[in-house]
Amino acid sequence: MSERARTIIRGALAVLAAAAAYELAARSGIFAKALLPPLAKIAGTLAAMLADGSMLTHAAYTLARMLMGFALAVAIGVPLGILMGRKAAVEEFCLPLVNALMPIPSLAWVPVFILWFGLGNTVAVLVVGYAAMFPLLLNTWAGVRSVNQLWLRAASAMGASEAALFWKVLLPGAAPFIIAGLRQAFQRSWIAVVGAEMIAASDWGLGFVIYDAKEFLNADVMLASLAVIGTIGFAFERLLFGTLERATVQRWGMVQAAKI
Amino acid sequence: MRATISKANSAVRRALPFLVVGALWEITAHLGLFPPRLFPPIEDVAAALLRLTASGALLRHAGETLLRLLAGFSLAAVLGVALGVAMARSRLAEDLTLPLVSIAAPIPGIAYAPLFLLWFGLGNGAAVLLVGFVSMFPIIFNTWTGVKAVKDIWLRAALTMGADPRRLFRHVTLTGALPYILTGLRLGLAQAWRILVVVELLAAVPWGLGWLIFGAREFLNTDVMLAGIAVIGAIGLALENVLFRRLEQFTVVRWGMMT
Repeated sequence: MSERARTIIRGALAVLAAAAAYELAARSGIFAKALLPPLAKIAGTLAAMLADGSMLTHAAYTLARMLMGFALAVAIGVPLGILMGRKAAVEEFCLPLVNALMPIPSLAWVPVFILWFGLGNTVAVLVVGYAAMFPLLLNTWAGVRSVNQLWLRAASAMGASEAALFWKVLLPGAAPFIIAGLRQAFQRSWIAVVGAEMIAASDWGLGFVIYDAKEFLNADVMLASLAVIGTIGFAFERLLFGTLERATVQRWGMVQAAKI
Repeated sequence: MRATISKANSAVRRALPFLVVGALWEITAHLGLFPPRLFPPIEDVAAALLRLTASGALLRHAGETLLRLLAGFSLAAVLGVALGVAMARSRLAEDLTLPLVSIAAPIPGIAYAPLFLLWFGLGNGAAVLLVGFVSMFPIIFNTWTGVKAVKDIWLRAALTMGADPRRLFRHVTLTGALPYILTGLRLGLAQAWRILVVVELLAAVPWGLGWLIFGAREFLNTDVMLAGIAVIGAIGLALENVLFRRLEQFTVVRWGMMT
């Protein structure tokens, strides 16, 4: 048996064993059925929620809030990061502010934003924006500064205009960092959107549905939503950012593909 | 003389952004565009901070929050490092745990909060366990990578010089993996810190910075909220810059493994 096959078999066995242990605990009757629903019930709930479209609506609301906040962060963070990397005065002014604001967890702003903007979408969008902003800003800044000066001088010497310099040299040069920033920003905003929805969302959203299920002791709904949240997170990480990386910086030969 | 001037100059430059933003905030607050309850001037926030500090309430809130963080994080550090080392050293442990860890890790920690509250009840128990659970994943992954990244030649050199397995583990494996482990601990602590405020609200604990800022919302005490947020930010900065930088200076930097 090859090593790889053994790894896969052992992994599958571990997952099966964990599932069996859970099932056993759920069916043993030691714990309340509502708190520890059997796997079949969770799967049934997930299927039912997918079939009647409610899970998709929840996911769509969450994704919409997240993408809006993310867009906000990209619209502010990337240009500001580039400016900070290019102009010393901007860097000198913004960096202390960024350093002061960054250590504040985005979710700590939730009560303030609720007071200012009321319960609802605005709070979630702004919290996501705050969470995603700093990784993007700092990575863009680092990326711009790490662009090889030689490339800039070479392009200038070959007569590149300011615009061409920016689009063809600076931005691609900083791209590995910016993509790393997008990744980090996504992870943070995924946490932020779920947390914000638990507190500030009124009727739809994956964070809301998990929290709401607690009120009615619907552990099956909770676990089904957790599975959806995990799947979406995984898909973004692997499919979206992985593809983005392959299509840009990897194709340009700026970073190596991972060995595994 | 020139040195003092340039020192004073750089201090002014560093303070300038804060002065500008502070002045803008003051002008907006005093213009009366927004109700002062919702947009308090800075002196109100400072007064709230002083009031809370003087009454000792702030200290107790911060203390309980830090205690929760510490309890959960210690749990995560012990379990995470142990599991990470086991995964790196034994193929069997790696094959068995990696799939499970990889399934649980991509779900944001805060999403587990209602489940933990349901299972372990409202209060400190659930909050501490959740903090531990959330900060464990980066610690596991980094320890695992770190132990695997220990150079073979170091191990072989120590072996030929007659190190027994215990010494080999303590002085070579663990030490060699320490830069990674420290990164994992730092990431884990940062993640736990980011969600702890909300966990405190959801778990309905009676004291804690999260409770302070969310409780202040009920009474529209924006000044208390902003003061609380400032303290949260300051503690986050201190954990990151003071605690971990010291730890790094004292270990891996001193050993010349990192600059």
